[in-house]
Amino acid sequence: MNVLIGIIVPLGILFSVLTVAAGLIWLERRLLAFWQDRYGPNRVGAYGLLQPLADAIKLMFKEDWVPPFSDKPVFILAPIVIVITVVLAFAVIPFAPGIVVIDLNVGLLFFLGMSSLGVYSVVLGGWASNSKYSLLGGLRASAQMLSYEVFMGISVMGVVMMAGSFNLGDIIEAQRIGWFWIPQFFGMVIFIIAGLAETRRLPFDLPEAESELVAGFHTEYSGMKFGLFFVGEYIGITLVSAMIVTLYFGGWLGPFLPPIVWFTIKTFLFICGFILLRAAMPRPRYDQLMSYGWKILLPIAMANLLITGALLLRAM
Amino acid sequence: MTFFYISAAVALISSVLAISRSNAVHALLYAIVSLLSVALIFFMLGAPFAAALEVVIYAGAIMVLFVFVIMMISSGPGSTQQERRWMNFRLWIGPSVLSAVLIIELFAVISPPREPMSAKPVIESKQVGIALMGPYMLGVELSSLLLTAGLVGAYHLGKRKDDAAQTEDVTIHD
Repeated sequence: MNVLIGIIVPLGILFSVLTVAAGLIWLERRLLAFWQDRYGPNRVGAYGLLQPLADAIKLMFKEDWVPPFSDKPVFILAPIVIVITVVLAFAVIPFAPGIVVIDLNVGLLFFLGMSSLGVYSVVLGGWASNSKYSLLGGLRASAQMLSYEVFMGISVMGVVMMAGSFNLGDIIEAQRIGWFWIPQFFGMVIFIIAGLAETRRLPFDLPEAESELVAGFHTEYSGMKFGLFFVGEYIGITLVSAMIVTLYFGGWLGPFLPPIVWFTIKTFLFICGFILLRAAMPRPRYDQLMSYGWKILLPIAMANLLITGALLLRAM
Repeated sequence: MTFFYISAAVALISSVLAISRSNAVHALLYAIVSLLSVALIFFMLGAPFAAALEVVIYAGAIMVLFVFVIMMISSGPGSTQQERRWMNFRLWIGPSVLSAVLIIELFAVISPPREPMSAKPVIESKQVGIALMGPYMLGVELSSLLLTAGLVGAYHLGKRKDDAAQTEDVTIHD
């Protein structure tokens, strides 16, 4: 029985994560269209629901071109890295009591580690393409993600101090007396901003800024290799939303409905929030992005850490 | 135990490849693999916290900086050719002799039969924190001093030209 659960749970999580990522491709385009007062994809299947399938078929049958001037092994490795790291990070997220792949004691650090390894995919993809636009995109991506990783790490430490554990299940259990977004409000805001930057979503999509860099780090990619970058981004959004829910909004906790339903509802709300941000926000300049991070977010994150620690010591 | 030897072998092979590749980015990729396998070894020896930090700090942050710098300065096939010229056989003699001494020493240390290592207790992150803030307080403070020095140095190097001109003005008036 235990062996069976050990097989079913990881496969189920993998299946639902990939399905959600595919569904997001449709959802994002429909929601963006809704907010911009147009229809969006509505031709393939009911309400255009089969659009991701059509996109996947199109990508599969496109010529998968590896440029002759590129560094071939690294060029092929780069899109694999992003999908592997974001999918692996889901292993530590508890969807409901008992529904988790590994109940790791350092679960939060595992998530941070995987998100920092994900940087390589963008950086190496940009470098291996051996093209100016890609290299510029890769350079921007490495500087951006490296900087925002710092604030991400510091902002979640307030949660760790309050819960007294790196284990994500314990962090959720510690929120029975009150969700952490109230005492850790600044931590939450910084985590959401840093999460946006880590997934390279629209206000922070400078590595692939179309108006200046063609398509940034994935300019030379085509076919399913480009598709993997695309899917990796959507799994990344799901991952960051699930982490926000786990760390600050009580995870599976909630009245009446079963835990897994609560987790899904909350995560879905944050995913929609991410898409709304894309529809609503302009892209900052690169130096603005950097100075905003180091001059505003870092001091706030440090102050949050200091004050949380001081108050906790006082309470003890 | 098998897993230990597998990841140790991966660590060894990738370290050797990291040294011997003439393409700088490929060498760095092998170095990252080596760090990841060392992290796995830490995890198996009952130190999950050290393993996680190895991935977050070394593989995830420091090596990204290395890749960043090499991306900016390396200039394609020319630098690979140059690197290949530098890698002649005589360079290998010194490091090989020194590491052979280390290997012989290592075998001498581990050759007497010992108790199995699997019975090691898991070291929690809390214990690491208590140790750092207790007996190793001085080390933590010293490394923070070092980091402050680095920060001041980086600030000095990154200071804008017009700022520098202003400070010079002030010194002249003094």
